[in-house]
Amino acid sequence: METNAISRRNFLRASGLAGTALCLGFYFPANAKKEQLMSATDQSGFEFNAWIRIDTDGKVTLTDHRAEMGQGSYQSVPQIIAEELEVNMKDINVIFAQGSPTKYGSQITGGSSTIRGSYKNLLKLSAAAREMLITAAANQWNASANECYAESGHVIHKPSGKKLNYGELVTAAAKLPPPQEVKLKKISDYKLIRKPLQRLDTPMKTNGEAIFGLDKRLPGMLYAAVERNPRLRGKVKSFDGSAALKVPGVKQVFKVQMIVFNTTRDGVVVIADSTWAAMQGRKALRVEWDDSGFEHVNTSDIYKAHEELLKTKEGLSFKKQGQPDPIIEQASKKIDVIYQTPYQSHGAMEPLNCVAHYQSDKIEIWGPIQAPDWVQGDISDKFKMPKDKVIVNMTFLGGGFGRKAFLDYTHEAVAISKQIGGPVQVVWTREDDLTQGPYRAGISYRGEGSIENGEISALKFKMAGQNIDHWNNNKRDKANGSTTEGFLKPYFDNIKNISFADVPYEMPLPNMWWRSVYASTNGFAYESFINEMAVLAEQDQLDFRRKYLKDERCQALIDKMEQVSGWKSRKKNEGFGVAITECFETMVGQIVKVSRHTDGKVKIDQVWAVMDCGWYVNPDIIKAQVEGSIVMGLGAAAIHEITFKNGLVEQKNFYDYLMPRMSDMPPVEVHIMENTADAGGVGEPGLPPFAPALTDAIYDLTGKRIRKLPFNLNTV
Amino acid sequence: MINITVNGQHHDVDADPNMPLLWVIRDIIGLTGTKYGCGAAQCGACTVHLNGEAVRSCVTKINRAAGQNIVTIEGLSINNNHPLQLAWNEMNVPQCGYCQSGQLMSAAVLLRENLNPTDQDIDDAMSGNICRCGTYQRIRAAIHKAADIQREGAKI
Ligand code: FES
Ligand code: FES
Repeated sequence: METNAISRRNFLRASGLAGTALCLGFYFPANAKKEQLMSATDQSGFEFNAWIRIDTDGKVTLTDHRAEMGQGSYQSVPQIIAEELEVNMKDINVIFAQGSPTKYGSQITGGSSTIRGSYKNLLKLSAAAREMLITAAANQWNASANECYAESGHVIHKPSGKKLNYGELVTAAAKLPPPQEVKLKKISDYKLIRKPLQRLDTPMKTNGEAIFGLDKRLPGMLYAAVERNPRLRGKVKSFDGSAALKVPGVKQVFKVQMIVFNTTRDGVVVIADSTWAAMQGRKALRVEWDDSGFEHVNTSDIYKAHEELLKTKEGLSFKKQGQPDPIIEQASKKIDVIYQTPYQSHGAMEPLNCVAHYQSDKIEIWGPIQAPDWVQGDISDKFKMPKDKVIVNMTFLGGGFGRKAFLDYTHEAVAISKQIGGPVQVVWTREDDLTQGPYRAGISYRGEGSIENGEISALKFKMAGQNIDHWNNNKRDKANGSTTEGFLKPYFDNIKNISFADVPYEMPLPNMWWRSVYASTNGFAYESFINEMAVLAEQDQLDFRRKYLKDERCQALIDKMEQVSGWKSRKKNEGFGVAITECFETMVGQIVKVSRHTDGKVKIDQVWAVMDCGWYVNPDIIKAQVEGSIVMGLGAAAIHEITFKNGLVEQKNFYDYLMPRMSDMPPVEVHIMENTADAGGVGEPGLPPFAPALTDAIYDLTGKRIRKLPFNLNTV
Repeated sequence: MINITVNGQHHDVDADPNMPLLWVIRDIIGLTGTKYGCGAAQCGACTVHLNGEAVRSCVTKINRAAGQNIVTIEGLSINNNHPLQLAWNEMNVPQCGYCQSGQLMSAAVLLRENLNPTDQDIDDAMSGNICRCGTYQRIRAAIHKAADIQREGAKI
């Protein structure tokens, strides 16, 4: 099979391209409302780099402007472009963009935004390139463009059968003004989009060729390991590096500071000629820390404080309609319960790392980076280097899940490179990656609700926990902007009395986004509560939802869930549970089936997931993302958590932050809804419904309602 | 100097005898397909074959490998055409891909020893390999598929 690899060999070839080419891209002027379509010929005043490059020899190079961390941008971005450009997937070469918001718009690969944020532009851009090539051919043949069409990298003149390949047309096409309006294909005419094509990055991920951040090598590059303050924030009081310097291979030892949001963390770095030597040198360091103030952080206190807040405070109102309080007060059929979710680490298989090369006139970075545009801006600010002299290169990412959309590890690497005056790779150990956060914050929720005549008469939710807005932006007077994330919007249309509030909770632990962000915790609380309300109303959970989720897409989703899972025909000794959440404009419903096996343990027999993400690109990638989200959701629900004791993280490695393994994997069946709605996210929305569907299934089987995560599946 | 053979090539390595094979392979020999995931024999990302056995190279000291035969992912096949690699490609197993070298190296030993592994055999043989992206269902299916490919190949 031909590889379109960005392996080192191909990458060098790709970046050495020269000569005439047709380049097309969108230009994003700093303050423009609407991006402008530009071709290579009108690149006034900015350096042009495009999504599409066609060389005179016909070689087609497409750019993936987003990070590839498993979610499939390296396949889906080109798959979109190739459709409207009319080229074959096997004939294209894919390269990663460097960080440049003026060329690519937002590049932050988070919020499941790659496709939903760029597909319309990508379709237009590709169709425009195709039209220019057709016009160039028509001009050459003295024919009308209407008589010509494009296919497999060629323009064909229908009446005569004449044919030119794109390479022969680029010189002329590059001189044409790009069309401002283009005709896009109908979904029914797609040849590539909506097809389960094989991923272009698979071959190089099965033979060791794919280059991840940790695999980046530069001539003269040294390796660095950093002993950072173990209490998450704090200073180096003093250190002794003399023993470290005696370790063979160790070159230098010095103090370094890492910026984490608006705080700093000190560390001592050991520079050596191999990763191993740096790690050994680090072990020989003696450091005295000043971390006073953090020794009292304990997990049990955090949750006690949450509960106290939820009992005593009304919090900051996020959304309210009707009068839930008096109705709940007077109701006779009601529940009032607390749900708790744990702190979690991202735990990507590739620990954090970054290669940096600081030079007097430019800074270059390579690494597993989810937000090359953010990194470029941040490094430019902090090191007073013009933006265009800060070159941020994305490698493949060995997982990201949000942790690699951050600036601490890149900034620290540049600071180290600046100090040693040469290229360096900073390697985080697994222990560093797990013990140093930032984490997904654990959040507690209180749900109160009442049922009258079989209907929800009022619902009231409050959340208490650290929140990214408060921590990062000091916006303490406003409720968490994501208080209702995960909760399906149509509920608001059909439940008259409902309120959501956020009770801020302060704690000096750095916290940040984690796959599916607030939906990952909100979804557990809100959808568990809907299930509890259904029980209180003595109704089937799916039928109960049908009454409130009246919009067409919700009804279709519920029908599909019911149909694929055999919901109605389930047997007595099987537990079935359900949840539906919304995340990044995509709705996912899951049904989990559990049963008690002969060894007495409850096992997950099957998961059915139905995703409605509107317009989509590659159904096989979507299925893989949902399968993976379920595994990650399973870990967070029933296998691991991050806990703190006396200000220290208790989990160190995969022996105490356990991961789901092969034997934990339940069979997962994924279905995708077909419609023409706008595209929603794919990489994250499969996660939130899993935990509430699983605990609902356990309730169905055992009568025991689990409201605190994680729980031990072996003991239910 | 310690002499080791990696993918059929001899190397004289000047390294601390305690250095794990993982770092020798990656930093000295320069083959980066073998991955660091935990450094503690927990995740399997660093799995290589030492005289045909799957070992965690992150905890295997280089002096234990002296004079012996090591195969890394780069040496699993010449053209990415080991039955497992063919199956992995056909079933789009990898997501981020970081764990997959280790998964393939573990699966290769299973498939050599067991021409027709059951789900339970797969659970047992693969339980040392973590995939944070959660590709387990596809790994399982791809191992079954590879077993089919291997049997077909044997018939010819
Ligand atoms: S890196 Fe060796 S088992 Fe994890
Ligand atoms: S594919 Fe990403 S860790 Fe396995």
